[in-house]
Amino acid sequence: MPTLRVTKKFEFSAAHRAWREDRSPEENRRLFGRCASPNGDGHNFLLEVTVEGPVDPETGMVIDVGLLKRIVTAEVLDRFDHRHLNLDTEEFRTRVPTTEAIAVVIWERLEGRFPGDCRLVRVRLARDASTYVEYEGRRA
Amino acid sequence: MTPEVRVTRIVEFSAAHRLHSPRLSPEANRSVFGKCNNPNGHGHTYRLEATVAGPLDPETGLLPAASRLDAALAELVLARLDGANLDVDVPELADTSGTSEELARLLERLLAEAVGPALVRVVLHETPNNVFEASGGG
Repeated sequence: MPTLRVTKKFEFSAAHRAWREDRSPEENRRLFGRCASPNGDGHNFLLEVTVEGPVDPETGMVIDVGLLKRIVTAEVLDRFDHRHLNLDTEEFRTRVPTTEAIAVVIWERLEGRFPGDCRLVRVRLARDASTYVEYEGRRA
Repeated sequence: MTPEVRVTRIVEFSAAHRLHSPRLSPEANRSVFGKCNNPNGHGHTYRLEATVAGPLDPETGLLPAASRLDAALAELVLARLDGANLDVDVPELADTSGTSEELARLLERLLAEAVGPALVRVVLHETPNNVFEASGGG
């Protein structure tokens, strides 16, 4: 059965701290660039969630985008929007919440949550106009 | 098992150019390139998207190739091309028609040399409506 991809876009605003206490300030600045700060900074993150599946012959839909919105709201926005990712989320108590790591955590929160044969195929997360990260669930 | 991600950086640079092939007659150049063959040139605000891929460093949560890409974009793209006349200031383009295909291919080669095989895609937007994509040493 032919499949189709559906993408829905979201936005959340959060603070994060890209800084490792076990590295020198110079090393932190080299690693994390503009985001390196012992006190953290923040962004309006743009999130694109893409799912793929067969088009239901009765409804003509891959997924009800209202349901897609409810799932992403519960799993991601309610947890991350207007929070400090290091201080307010379990996932980043010990991990550094880089844009890359946030995209992977969003994937892990969403994978397997969609009904029927609809599956998550891509998470795209933009930190600002000059950087975005894509994760499709691959591991090496 | 570490996650493999793609990181895309986007930069803009402003440059002048003219489309003119050294292998065509003046008449043929005017016919092929039209307004883009204006003898005194024209310019664009180019938008370049470069993508690197690989496993995340588990300690830093970063893709190491992304910092190599940042350095390469600053040195090889912004420092050389922003505010430049591509036909005059970029020797690698001297023998070309100055098309965005040729510029995209040059940028892909320069970035691949600096970043290595982690570079997977280079997309050059000449204008919001004209987009050129180079990947895999083309």
